[in-house]
Amino acid sequence: MNTTSNNVISLNSVTKRYGNETVVSDVNFKIQPGECIVLVGHNGAGKTTLMKMMLGLTRPTSGNIEVLGDNPAVTSSINQHKRLGYLPESVAFYEAMTGAEVLAFYASLKGASKTACENLLDVVGLAHAAKRRVGTYSKGMRQRLGLAQAMLGNPQLLFLDEPTTGLDPLLRHQFYELIDALHKEGATSVISSHALNEVEARASRFIIMKSGIIIASGTLDELYKQAALPVRLNVSVTPGEAASVAERLGSEINITKVNDKSLKLSCFNGEKMPLIRRITELGDVVNDLQIMPPKLDEVYSHFMNNDQTDNNRINESQP
Amino acid sequence: MRILAILAMKELRDGLRNRWIAAAIIVLGTLALALSLLGSAPTGSVKASAMDITVISLASLSVYLIPLIALMLSFDALVGEFERGTMMLLLTYPVTRWQVIMGKFIGHVLILFIAIFAGYGGAMLIMTLFTEASMDGWQAYLSMMFSSLILGAIFIALGYMVSVIVKERATAAGAAIGLWLVFVVLYDLILFGMLLVDEGQLISQQLFSMLMLVSPTDTYRILNLSMFDGVSQAAGIAGVASEAGMSSTLLISVLMLWIAAPLAATLFIFQKREL
Repeated sequence: MNTTSNNVISLNSVTKRYGNETVVSDVNFKIQPGECIVLVGHNGAGKTTLMKMMLGLTRPTSGNIEVLGDNPAVTSSINQHKRLGYLPESVAFYEAMTGAEVLAFYASLKGASKTACENLLDVVGLAHAAKRRVGTYSKGMRQRLGLAQAMLGNPQLLFLDEPTTGLDPLLRHQFYELIDALHKEGATSVISSHALNEVEARASRFIIMKSGIIIASGTLDELYKQAALPVRLNVSVTPGEAASVAERLGSEINITKVNDKSLKLSCFNGEKMPLIRRITELGDVVNDLQIMPPKLDEVYSHFMNNDQTDNNRINESQP
Repeated sequence: MRILAILAMKELRDGLRNRWIAAAIIVLGTLALALSLLGSAPTGSVKASAMDITVISLASLSVYLIPLIALMLSFDALVGEFERGTMMLLLTYPVTRWQVIMGKFIGHVLILFIAIFAGYGGAMLIMTLFTEASMDGWQAYLSMMFSSLILGAIFIALGYMVSVIVKERATAAGAAIGLWLVFVVLYDLILFGMLLVDEGQLISQQLFSMLMLVSPTDTYRILNLSMFDGVSQAAGIAGVASEAGMSSTLLISVLMLWIAAPLAATLFIFQKREL
């Protein structure tokens, strides 16, 4: 095991089987301090199992895992849990306790202060309901309480499984502000999410999983490059001139749609600048030009729908 | 230690919050009071003290009641948390699995301690304060309360074992009732049935005492009925235990083993369990 590295998390050919079913298959990655990793994939892709293994709740069938320098499945790693925060996919609490009692109980286990509890309840907007039984909480309120407990004791490493489900847009925004604040203090986080547009701006890296296999990973730019999806251009022209413009651009340009006053073009990233130059050379006929890079959702579905998973598979070596 | 205290206090608070402790105190207190009132009546000719009679009848009833209360407290302790999902979150905190088990155990034993000592103890206090009953034999009463607590602890540990093995709460409830039936009712019935059929041919006194020691409830009974002279005379089993070579140290060790073994099994299974 490599303990000299400064990786917060490292997974080395980790496989998990339940009976005959392989839930996670030969997963490798390393996460460095301060990163915000987003795990993407359909339900059942192995994201939750991966998190549970990193938390020591489940042991891998083979391979090894190191979290904060320790094997999480070993009892002696328990002190590392003071530096962890976890929000499970569907968080459950002791229903008979009040929100404040639940948080105070978890705080005492982590050695966090009472004032920290009050602050957190305030931050997640549960101060008014602190004295109510958790049994009476709505789904959104439970999720907020879940966030509050995950943030107890200023964790260095956060595991958030579908953190924003059940939160309204305003709360989602507040929630990501909280995560950002922790990141500024140097925290690392692993987030699993379906809501790609939410996490797009924050993620330092994406790991896309399908049926327990990492099918793609990297920064947003790297994923765009790997996916090699076309850039789309929308050209508005003087009414009636669209057909002649199409002719002047030439047949080697991929024109997807033409109507009276606009053309839709598509090209690969490398051909983009020459094409734009040619369009501007057309002169006054062109009124407007919109360039639409592929959306993250498209990149995601590109990887998900690509059946040749093995060709695209990248076992990551670089951080 | 701090973690154990936090976990135990949580169980204790739960017990207070859901009025569990209050209900158990009332049940045990009423029972003890009723039995000691009855026990104070027929003393005269037998020359047994009221307290001794109370100890005998309370011990006989505790054999049924205390395991039931303990199992009700414990059958849900682990499977309930697995099912609701609270165990998963708890284990991501700086808490080891043995601390979870021991913390719960300490908490539940404390609940039982409060229930038994407030219920039984309170009843005795009321008797001595408001009636003419003598305090003779209070040591036997006190030791009866302690051994009842030990009996309860055994069934808490057995309840955990059920709770960690089964997959659903309903199954745990059923298994707990089964456990109660076996140890409290069936084992004795079978044992005495065998004794009747056998007519002293195969089952020697030695073997019989051994078979008694296999059951925690029988061990508890022997301990309470034989430890004090007054009690054993009133119960009509004077010298039975000592003749069979059963010292109270041996009996208490057997009971302790009955706590340790299921707890160890529970921990072993829990350590292997994946969430």
